[in-house]
Amino acid sequence: MHISNGIINGPVAAIFAALALAALAFCVLRGRADLDDRLAPMAGLVAAFIFAVQMLNFPIFTAGVSGHLLGGALAALLVGPWVGALCVAVVLIVQALVFGDGGVAMLGLNITNMALLGTAAAYLLIALLLRVLPRTPAGLAVTAFVSALVSVVVASQGFVLQYWLGGTTDLGGNLTGLAGTMAVAHLLIGIGEGLITATTVVTVAKVRPDLVYALRALKPATPAPAVPVAGGAR
Amino acid sequence: MGAGHAHVLYRESGSPVHRLPPEVKIAAMVLFTVAVVATPREAYWAFGGYALLVAVVAALARVGPRWLLSRALIELPFVLFAFALPFLGAGERVEVAGLALSVDGLHGAFNILAKGTLGVLASLLLAATTTTRDLLVGLDRLRCPQILTQIATFMLRYLEVLVGEARRMRVARVSRGDDPRFLWQLRGFAAGVGALFLRAFERGERVYLAMLSRGYTGRMPAVWQGAGAATAGQWAAAATVPAIAASIAAVALVLR
Repeated sequence: MHISNGIINGPVAAIFAALALAALAFCVLRGRADLDDRLAPMAGLVAAFIFAVQMLNFPIFTAGVSGHLLGGALAALLVGPWVGALCVAVVLIVQALVFGDGGVAMLGLNITNMALLGTAAAYLLIALLLRVLPRTPAGLAVTAFVSALVSVVVASQGFVLQYWLGGTTDLGGNLTGLAGTMAVAHLLIGIGEGLITATTVVTVAKVRPDLVYALRALKPATPAPAVPVAGGAR
Repeated sequence: MGAGHAHVLYRESGSPVHRLPPEVKIAAMVLFTVAVVATPREAYWAFGGYALLVAVVAALARVGPRWLLSRALIELPFVLFAFALPFLGAGERVEVAGLALSVDGLHGAFNILAKGTLGVLASLLLAATTTTRDLLVGLDRLRCPQILTQIATFMLRYLEVLVGEARRMRVARVSRGDDPRFLWQLRGFAAGVGALFLRAFERGERVYLAMLSRGYTGRMPAVWQGAGAATAGQWAAAATVPAIAASIAAVALVLR
């Protein structure tokens, strides 16, 4: 999923870099208000977790791209959309600078797909599903699973859009093929991502519901019994 | 981030490249990569020039070619796309070893392989000569927003916490009679991911509180003390690399 140097042409990369920079600046402004003493270590841990799971790469040989877990939904659930997007962006920046995963010149494209599109899609779904579904561990698990699954597929289609705008090699009619392969492959990855996100978030919500940003921020109007608390005193 | 605050890719040395301040190296590396990407793909000689430039910097940094090339293999999953392009590409076809390959696709494949490899080599050189701590200091000095450097600091710090907790949980499992071999570890690991996350958080929170009680305010002391920031001479020395790369790119663009 990391776009390496030379796959997308320079002008399109530059446009997306400007777009990503503007969006990140907005996230920095909004995120500052969120980042308190509880969220700072959580943001670091979420970033470290995402960094670790992104190491697992599944090559998709038919299309010649690789896919991996993204972590956008996990970040959105645990630290909120603004800090969450920043966490994923930090992971991508460090990977590009030090490990050469994804080209430095393509950073804007990668941040747009994985940090912005992925997290935004996930958080919109979380906000919707948490209001609709019952406030039970099962409801939370479904929310986490669905938002993770959808966010991964959305992020993969971001790449298809960028390739359509500025791919360095004309694929002709194969572009729809690329879109299909990316969607199917990331649907499978999304199932894995959904399972990991759901187990992690439900465990955290059971023991320390105060740590789950989405549960704090999206409190229903009527104080419904939240996810059961088991020894969560701080 | 144990002793020395280094990471796996760091190569301990006192070479001129190691001694350069981190912000200078980051800026040079980013500009070099941008110049490489801006080069038209038909200018084969330009990529030779860039490779030579990387080799010179590697020699100055005392990083061996074998280390560099073996580490560069990590880009393989990311450039797989390149190998599919000659088959997927549209337009004119050429016969190579009995296969009808797209000319545009072959050019595209070369483009991705050359630019991808040069980018990976540049970032490996940065990694080999810069410790994690220096990298963060460098980003901060380049006016990266504090919230980003703060998340990055904790990320790199907590990676060790995560790995340490995962190791402890595995030892605990094994000592209770679990006998994980190879892939079968995955099941026990998957079942424990949530617990791992919580354990790592609680340990990480203690680390954070300990830092706060020792006066941490969101920035590393080395940054606000301002010592060791790059001098004009160091900027000029490091600027030679992106300057040469930019001139190669400019010539290649003009000659097209």
